[in-house]
Amino acid sequence: MSLSRRNLLAASVALTVGFSVSAAMAEDTIKVGALATLQGAFTVLGEDGMRGVKLALQQHNMMAGGKKIELVTGSSDASPDSAVNAARKLVEQDKVQVLVGPLSGDEGLAVKNYAKTQPQVTFINGTSAAQDTTLRDPAPNFFRFTTDGAQWQAGLGEYAFGTKGYKKVVTIAEDYSFPYTQVFGFMSGFCKSGGHVVNKFWVPIGNKDFSSIVASIPDDIDAIYVALGGADAVNFLNQYEQAGGDKPMIGGSITVDQTVLGSKGKQQEYVVGTPSAGPIADDWDNAAWKKFVADYKAAFPDGFPSPSLFAHGYYISTLAMLDALDQVKGDVGGDQKAFRDALQNLKLDTPTGPVTLDKNRNAIASIFLTEVAKADDGHLYNKVIKVVDNVNQTLGIPEDDFMKLGAVSRDNPSCP
Amino acid sequence: MSWATTNAAPKPATPAWMKVIRPQHVLVALFLIAYPLVASPFWIVQIGAQSLFLGVIALSLMFLAGYGGMVSLSQMTVAGVAGYMVAVFGTNSTHPLFGWPLWVAVPIAIVIAVAFAILIGIISVRTAGIYTIMITLAIGVAVFYFAQQNYAIFNGHSGFAGLPGPEGFGLNWRDPMPFYYMSLAVAAASYLAVIYLARSTFGLTLQAIRDNARRMNALGFWVNLHRVVAHAVAGLIAAVGGLLYVWMNGRVSPGTIDIGPVIDILVIAVIGGLRHPVGPFIGAVLFVLMKNFAIDLISPERFNTFIGLIFLAIVLVSPDGLLGLWRMASDRFKAAGSNRQWSNSWRNNNSK
Repeated sequence: MSLSRRNLLAASVALTVGFSVSAAMAEDTIKVGALATLQGAFTVLGEDGMRGVKLALQQHNMMAGGKKIELVTGSSDASPDSAVNAARKLVEQDKVQVLVGPLSGDEGLAVKNYAKTQPQVTFINGTSAAQDTTLRDPAPNFFRFTTDGAQWQAGLGEYAFGTKGYKKVVTIAEDYSFPYTQVFGFMSGFCKSGGHVVNKFWVPIGNKDFSSIVASIPDDIDAIYVALGGADAVNFLNQYEQAGGDKPMIGGSITVDQTVLGSKGKQQEYVVGTPSAGPIADDWDNAAWKKFVADYKAAFPDGFPSPSLFAHGYYISTLAMLDALDQVKGDVGGDQKAFRDALQNLKLDTPTGPVTLDKNRNAIASIFLTEVAKADDGHLYNKVIKVVDNVNQTLGIPEDDFMKLGAVSRDNPSCP
Repeated sequence: MSWATTNAAPKPATPAWMKVIRPQHVLVALFLIAYPLVASPFWIVQIGAQSLFLGVIALSLMFLAGYGGMVSLSQMTVAGVAGYMVAVFGTNSTHPLFGWPLWVAVPIAIVIAVAFAILIGIISVRTAGIYTIMITLAIGVAVFYFAQQNYAIFNGHSGFAGLPGPEGFGLNWRDPMPFYYMSLAVAAASYLAVIYLARSTFGLTLQAIRDNARRMNALGFWVNLHRVVAHAVAGLIAAVGGLLYVWMNGRVSPGTIDIGPVIDILVIAVIGGLRHPVGPFIGAVLFVLMKNFAIDLISPERFNTFIGLIFLAIVLVSPDGLLGLWRMASDRFKAAGSNRQWSNSWRNNNSK
């Protein structure tokens, strides 16, 4: 009996040793990890992010700088623990040299901290958009070409106050770092224009019952600012409409997306005229954007009707990596210094215009101010009102003044 | 309870513990000690150490379920409470509160976690079977939502990051090798403690209560007290496992004690086997390997289905998990081959 056990032990020892030496790598390939939420509440978003990675790689024939790109996929469930676990596996076991990801706000903060312990690997953000991933205490090997959630709201506050004439609003948003950043971005313009945010409601991700919040929305406000994603937005709007709510809405970057625009019911009429802002606009009349949408549809017939901002974000992040690798002829030796310098100085041409990086390795890019409109055939779409070019992380405020505003949180900023 | 007879009246020359130790035990111990010398940091920490401390947390469930007949789903919650408390009382970078050194924070964290486990025990011991499962699940979910929505203590959805690992003897105990050996020491100590406890008067009483609580009550035993003490012991084991958990990640947030991780602990214990303390560790190794490598074996969109099917297959084929599979295989081997008396501690321990 103990004989068979001994055999098993020997086998497992052999297995372990085998695994640990199998990491040797060929010289003419570059290993790239892609990390997205392929499980949990954000699964569909993560899958669309992966489509962005694949599209960029396909367009480059899986080659960059004369070397073959080998893609390894990692999955998280939007919790920071799972993101770090998956990143650790990609970096330490699969020995990827570049990692693209993660998708969600708190994941980004955690992976940034992990990046500091792995200086030999370059991390390129997926779509995670929390402000402090790059603004405070950044990691020297973490790059973000996708801008943060506050940048995504550039121009929205001024537009809501000036053009729409909303003076007093309340905000309803999910309770984690990305919506904090979005609310910050909206309020920085809105409060400066003279608007007041009389109350802020924070709900857990996946909240089903909004009745207590709907009941506590005061009557003397002009609009509600809603930064909820996917099913949360649909649930809130249904319940708000059923309770007889009639205040107009201002949308966060992932609030008035295809899930809301495509849903049936009375809220269809309600959302017409809702302004929002974000890094993409579905119906932007621009050749590069239209080509990107067409390429996406051709490559993924079973994907979304139009690429989401997650496909777009992962696409341009992967594109940045490929362009930089082309520039350095695939040289990722010497602590990747040449590669990182190339990334830092990249002038990236994306479907949404040029992107450059600031000194914290955070993107300066174009943001789209949109408003929900009804097309002739009755379907709803986000009409582009204005493209705000060169939005930087401090939203045009001098850096010292911006840092004095403090870190985003549930209570900061405030203008009641 | 045939082990009682094998252990009773050993020959004067050989101490009891020597009769229990067999060659395979020495081999496993040697392998576990030598493992970090041959493995890469990833295999040392994320596979090795993680299996060990998840095994420790699942061991606390095995102790309650296997010996006490109480399936508690709140063991991960107890572990999480210990993790949260070490963040609250110790240092962290996101939401500094007390900032006490670890040698103060760790004992406080463990005491609070054990107190919490005792509270869970007091609430749940009057129930049995599926009701115990439901009430402990409810406690776990309640703590999760409380942690997610309380900002004064738990810092809401973000939780705590930047937790330092313990340092001492010139080592940072979060480095791969020290962390592995710390996990191994904790795992070995918990394992031996459970083995010892199961053979103590307390353990025997607990098992008797599991088998027939009314009879034990009639015999004059304070049934519920024994059960609450079992919760306290399991709480201590889970708490130490929870500390290792948050030290590995350097962070703790509501996601750590969400319903998913809570169920994971049950899955680990069940696929490993609830009949012997080694089961949770075997289950943890398989679980951690699957979590990390299933995505490489099958398309990224389907790997969770694959993991689920494997676990389902194990439980279908063998209700006692991997431990049961092992026993089935060895029984068959024995029947076909030798007639040799095979007295294995876990086997005898459970042949009732």
